[in-house]
Amino acid sequence: MNWEPVIGLEIHIHLKTRTKMFCRCEVAYFEPENTRTCPVCLAHPGSLPVPNAKAIEWTIKLGLALDCEIAEHAVFHRKNYFYPDNPKGYQISQYDEPVCLNGRLTFPGPDGDAEIGIVRAHLEEDAAKNVHTGGAEGRIGGASATLVDFNRAGTPLVEIVTRPDLRSADQARRFLQLLRQTVVELGISDAEMEKGSLRFDVNVSVRPEGSDELRTRTELKNLNSFAFAAKAIQREVERQIGVYEAGGEVEQETLHFDPGAESAPPLRSKEEAQDYRYFPEPDLVPIEPPRELVERVRGELPELPGQRIRRLTTELDHDLALDLVTSGRDRLYVRVPGEERRAIANVLMNQFAVSGVDPEVVDAGELGKLIEARSRIPRDRFTEALAASGDPGFTAERYLGDGLVADTAELEPIVERILAANPGQVEAYRGGKEGLLGFFVGQVMKETQGKADPRVVNELVREKLKA
Amino acid sequence: MTRLARLELTEDEVARFTEQLSAILEAVAKVSELDLANVEPTAHPLDVVNVWAEDEPRPSIPADDALANAPAREAGFFKVPPA
Amino acid sequence: MIDTLRLTAEAALGLLERGEVSAAELHRSYLDAIGERDDELHAYLRTVDAPNGAGVPIAFKDLISTRGVETTAGSKILEGFVPVYDATVVTRCREAGMPLLGKTNMDEFAMGSSTENSAYGPTRNPWDPERVPGGSSGGSAAAVTAGLAPWALGSDTGGSVKQPASLCGIVGLRPTYGTVSRYGIVAFASSLDQIGPMTKTVRDCALLYRIVAGRDPCDSTTVELPQPVEIPEREDLKGLRVGVPRELNEAEGIESGVKEVVERSIELCRQLGAEVGETSLPRSVEYGMPCYYLIAPAEASSNLARYDGVRYGLRVEGGDGIRAMYERTRDAGFGDEPKRRIMLGTYALSAGYYEAYYGQAQKVRTVIADEHAAAFRDFDVLVSPTSPTVAFKLGEKAENPLAMYLSDVLTIPSNMAGLPGLSIPCGLSDGLPVGLQLIGPQFSENTLFHVGYALERAIGFDFVPRRLQ
Repeated sequence: MNWEPVIGLEIHIHLKTRTKMFCRCEVAYFEPENTRTCPVCLAHPGSLPVPNAKAIEWTIKLGLALDCEIAEHAVFHRKNYFYPDNPKGYQISQYDEPVCLNGRLTFPGPDGDAEIGIVRAHLEEDAAKNVHTGGAEGRIGGASATLVDFNRAGTPLVEIVTRPDLRSADQARRFLQLLRQTVVELGISDAEMEKGSLRFDVNVSVRPEGSDELRTRTELKNLNSFAFAAKAIQREVERQIGVYEAGGEVEQETLHFDPGAESAPPLRSKEEAQDYRYFPEPDLVPIEPPRELVERVRGELPELPGQRIRRLTTELDHDLALDLVTSGRDRLYVRVPGEERRAIANVLMNQFAVSGVDPEVVDAGELGKLIEARSRIPRDRFTEALAASGDPGFTAERYLGDGLVADTAELEPIVERILAANPGQVEAYRGGKEGLLGFFVGQVMKETQGKADPRVVNELVREKLKA
Repeated sequence: MTRLARLELTEDEVARFTEQLSAILEAVAKVSELDLANVEPTAHPLDVVNVWAEDEPRPSIPADDALANAPAREAGFFKVPPA
Repeated sequence: MIDTLRLTAEAALGLLERGEVSAAELHRSYLDAIGERDDELHAYLRTVDAPNGAGVPIAFKDLISTRGVETTAGSKILEGFVPVYDATVVTRCREAGMPLLGKTNMDEFAMGSSTENSAYGPTRNPWDPERVPGGSSGGSAAAVTAGLAPWALGSDTGGSVKQPASLCGIVGLRPTYGTVSRYGIVAFASSLDQIGPMTKTVRDCALLYRIVAGRDPCDSTTVELPQPVEIPEREDLKGLRVGVPRELNEAEGIESGVKEVVERSIELCRQLGAEVGETSLPRSVEYGMPCYYLIAPAEASSNLARYDGVRYGLRVEGGDGIRAMYERTRDAGFGDEPKRRIMLGTYALSAGYYEAYYGQAQKVRTVIADEHAAAFRDFDVLVSPTSPTVAFKLGEKAENPLAMYLSDVLTIPSNMAGLPGLSIPCGLSDGLPVGLQLIGPQFSENTLFHVGYALERAIGFDFVPRRLQ
């Protein structure tokens, strides 16, 4: 029996607004604890929320970039539960009337475009930060006290929920990369996992290939990188397949991973179904995004990563296209002239990437010349040239100087001499053995002690052999 | 219900409240007598939408004020028993 | 020697403006009166010794956050809690120069109709100390009535300004929802709570409303007043159409003495030139109570979740984890009525019951609003008794929640629709004050002040309790 994974993602991103979602405390990372608070985000008696206009606008912007419908009438709801990082005893979130609905993120895959459905994107506030002390660092089990810092409480969060349309761990990873790139390019979040401005949970289940049932899923939480997530998802997929093939049933569970210890097995728990008792937030009035606002934001959307990937796939394969875009080097790529598109892309993704040069400051024309000449200069010279490619006044010329001999006037006599010395092979080549071209080129190279430009030699030999 | 509301009631309270709450619930259940399938709920008495504020920072309160009423603290943190 | 029993805020303002008395002297007069009478009445939870303003002093119900001054909302769970900020209404009063006299007693978290639910002991009615002053703003009502404050702010959710005003023989306004900021007001039911002036006269009421009303950027549910507040002057009601809703005036439980006094006032409206007619609010009274007792506890159950012992207020440790701490803290800190309402509210919102209870109640609310709107097509103001009874004895209804809830049967319906209501004293029954409720459409406070003032002048009710004269 063949199985297919059924994977869905729930992603939270911090909006990089200056102030919190429902009060005007500054959003700040790494500040001393409890120095960015006020009666509102501390949930003092009598405090009331006031929404952040920019956060609403940016949520609309994200929704449009994900091809969502922007709601005509959106409502904030209270999500009621007790936890020390939840000062009001409820989180202001959205329930059945979110700002954005029914979108999609499309990206190329091995079997054509993959369209991953976005169920919804909604706006809510982040919780405070709990530090569990006394027990093992950062883990919930075994702590002797919890210390709470409310600086983060109230930071605007957008929650994006996908349909379970992802069909492999790797696809999930690529989806996350593309979503992150999109969010960063929209200018609404820096989406950095280490900073905590991007978090995600994964829902994993499997089913017989081709069926459309949805089986019990497990939830993976606290994954701290895309790469790690791909591994964890793959492991879970394999585990579930193993369970089914052994005749068992997969149980509904949550796997809590340890951000500090990748290889540690996750804590498994069966989370009680929580009754959040959602009801419309009486302290806030509904949002009815004015059409002029939506259209203005739509007009301000940049060309999005997904669109750029699609254009690149006309000349590159999907993986390379995706990598170029998600690494932020595609804009340089399209500026670099030259026929060998694949080679240029590969250089950008590999040797150029390693050089650490900022793609924005590179002279694309010169870089193109350099790449074109890459096989004519020694490797270390090439690396050196790449490292300098961002410097003002960079020219490729400087590095090609005493490179390979490409002067046809100099090489032509040598070629003629080789051909004259090997009449039998010439005959055979002209008779159809085209593989002998390499032999002639090799002879010229030997004759010139490797100093001839093999491509020029190749050209010349071909031409002479035609005669 | 008490679990959801994080109220730990004594046995005596449970007995007393059960009776009172049953009576109250019966009284409030009266609302279901009306057939209101075609009526919109009122979440807000006023017909107002789109109230928000510009993303301009205002000063936060000093950490000492934030912690002034804290039942327990450790350095600059609020301290609570573990989960 | 200032007779604080009789002194209106308007008159006090005059004394100050003419330099006949200083702010310090005025403040001292009230503190003296408090010293004399408040041991018996217990209207105040705490007082402020020296005035921090040059104007007419004011008392605030203890759910109004006052920076640096303890604010308990009548509950043990906030005992010792000192706010780090002022409520907007406090700021506005302060900016108008009004010094704080003190914080007044109330039913815990504004849940009650008698002030017997205060964790700090009940307040007594200045007309008869064996009786309740009403609630939940009983402390503010008693303070104004007994000359312990020239005026005060209370809060009204199901009738907590109007009903105590009625039981104490003073004026109380429940404003149009959204015209007075709730920022800094310890929340009970967010879509119903409003802060209201409690005063000796209708003009005082208008003066205080004018100071506190208007949109507040810190409260997203407030709006600008469409017209400025007018201090009433006209003493006739020519051109006014006064409606008498059958269901409000003939509800079960209205004492005959109350009915009589109210009927006389309605007749007075005719004599003052108003057109008086009968009207109907077919379902608003019958379904108003159950509607309120679903929505208010539901919102309250959520609003009271923040009292968890983490950041402020009472904490009861148990040594065994946070969940136990939550439960012990809340069990020790909340009285019976908040507990009942939290449980009721949690139930009304819970999965499987939301549609039938909270969801349905929100629809009933629409029906009530529509019925009032229909009545206001034919009338400018509706009248009824404010409370079905005069002040009842302490302990009489305390053990019977449902009986207590019925005290609000007449004030609740218009509250559900977000409408303003003014209660003015209109006579005595068995020696105890009777209140007349005037209800208007949204933003009709000026009309209510006009009608209230004209009636007040015509009735000539003496607001000083006989036993204190």
